[in-house]
Amino acid sequence: MKKEMNYSPQHLAYLQGVKKKTAWVNAARFAILLLLLTLWELSARFEWINPFITSSPSRMLACIGDLYKNGTLFYHVGTTLWETLAGFFLAVGLGYGIALLLWWSETFRRISEPYFVVLNALPKIALGPLIIIWFGTGSKAIVFMTILIGLIVAILNMLGGFMETDENKILLLKSMGASKLQILTKLVIPSSLPNFISMLKINVGMAWIGSIMGEYIVSKAGIGYLIVYGGQVFKLDLVMSAVFILCILAAVMYAAVALLERLVIKNRK
Amino acid sequence: MKEVLRFENVCMHYHSKQGETVALENVNFFVNEGEFVAIIGPSGCGKTTLLSLAAGLLTPTKGRVLTAGGSFGYMLQKDELFPWRTIEKNIFLPLEIKRTNTSETRARALALAEKYGLGQFLKNYPSSLSGGMRQRAALIRTLSVNPDVLLLDEPFSALDYQTRLSVCDDVYKIIREEKKTALLITHDISEAISVADRIFVLSRRPARVVSEHDILFPEAEPLKRRENKEFSRWFEILWKELNT
Ligand SMILES: Nc1ncnc2c1ncn2[C@@H]1O[C@H](COP(=O)(O)OP(=O)(O)OP(=O)(O)O)[C@@H](O)[C@H]1O
Ligand SMILES: [Mg+2]
Repeated sequence: MKKEMNYSPQHLAYLQGVKKKTAWVNAARFAILLLLLTLWELSARFEWINPFITSSPSRMLACIGDLYKNGTLFYHVGTTLWETLAGFFLAVGLGYGIALLLWWSETFRRISEPYFVVLNALPKIALGPLIIIWFGTGSKAIVFMTILIGLIVAILNMLGGFMETDENKILLLKSMGASKLQILTKLVIPSSLPNFISMLKINVGMAWIGSIMGEYIVSKAGIGYLIVYGGQVFKLDLVMSAVFILCILAAVMYAAVALLERLVIKNRK
Repeated sequence: MKEVLRFENVCMHYHSKQGETVALENVNFFVNEGEFVAIIGPSGCGKTTLLSLAAGLLTPTKGRVLTAGGSFGYMLQKDELFPWRTIEKNIFLPLEIKRTNTSETRARALALAEKYGLGQFLKNYPSSLSGGMRQRAALIRTLSVNPDVLLLDEPFSALDYQTRLSVCDDVYKIIREEKKTALLITHDISEAISVADRIFVLSRRPARVVSEHDILFPEAEPLKRRENKEFSRWFEILWKELNT
């Protein structure tokens, strides 16, 4: 629908106000970041805090520069990114499929319920040694860890969305003579789209937990590896830099999902 | 006159872990072709159950549900339009389900929508329509597959009073103009009197048919009926029957 452009002066003033407020909030956010970074930098410079254990923005920048120069920056970032994305998409895809099966068959759902409850409660990191033995010490093990952490969450979230489908809308479709497959494709899947998006958001976090934790346990490369290595050799600049890169990557991935949400979910109340 | 639906000693029991619910007990009634029949009953007595049986979504525990083989169209209390589909796509939904989504059937559905004032809303999403318009869209959706009998389950009860009167009038006229048979279920006595040719009264659960009335008015339209003196006489009769 097109917006009417002939607003009253009061409404224009209101819109102006909203815009101003948003600009103000954004400016404040940026200012706080700048302030914190400056404060951090200055405290380290004048040795109010010990830069050896707190690092500082300039030291981090230098550290990232070094990584870039010796050519390992993109190698480590790429490794972790690949593991995270592979784990993310596999967990989301498998989780969605299994949730569909569970929705389809009540018997299957009831039989498998206790297994999911236990698997959900189990701290997946406890399986670390097994994963190393099964998958070795490469990226495969880490991807597997990532899937393990995201999968159950994906299944339970999606199943919840499927089961929430409005009974009356199901009744309506049945009265039109719809088959179960039609109910699934015409109603259950589209109506659970918001659940799908929120599941994606949750799983962005899960995927990073999975890949970084996996790299903590076993790895030869990646951001998690840099963090562990930096901690062991007491190079806290490296640790801080790696965490900083991680923040940026996680934010970008979350923003991508948020963008997807805006594209997909419109016109819904 | 040809019968399109008949309930013969229909009993319906629900089983759940909490126990057994007897929803219907020996229900008998029939609907003739072209008639507008209303069934009134107190809330919770088994009205929705009765319509589900008529539509073939449930099988009776005892007794028989006989149909003339015509197709049914179901209209629910809320419009149940799918918010992610435009009005047009909502109206095409039954065509998709019945796999009769051809340019011909679509054109027919669109013609109906145009005829009954939905033309300008076709590309809109349901959230931008008023409650009355949405219920009208729900009716056109039901009519898009050209069903022989309409089953209406308290289709106006979610609307506010003013809208309810006009939408009821609306829906009545559309159903009459399209020459459909209709079975309306409601707990609203005045609604039933304002539209029906015949009214069946149900008892409290387990529901039985306690009486049957032929309603005759010189004017057919719901709003005109409401102004007639007969209206309050019928109301009194039915109110007493519902509350004993
Ligand atoms: N699937 C079901 N399983 C068990 N009991 C049910 C089921 N559906 C309905 N009932 C019970 O059957 C009785 C009749 O229900 P029904 O929905 O047919 O009544 P109703 O007259 O349409 O009610 P309302 O006025 O609230 O719309 C109620 O007591 C209800 O709890
Ligand atoms: Mg009901």
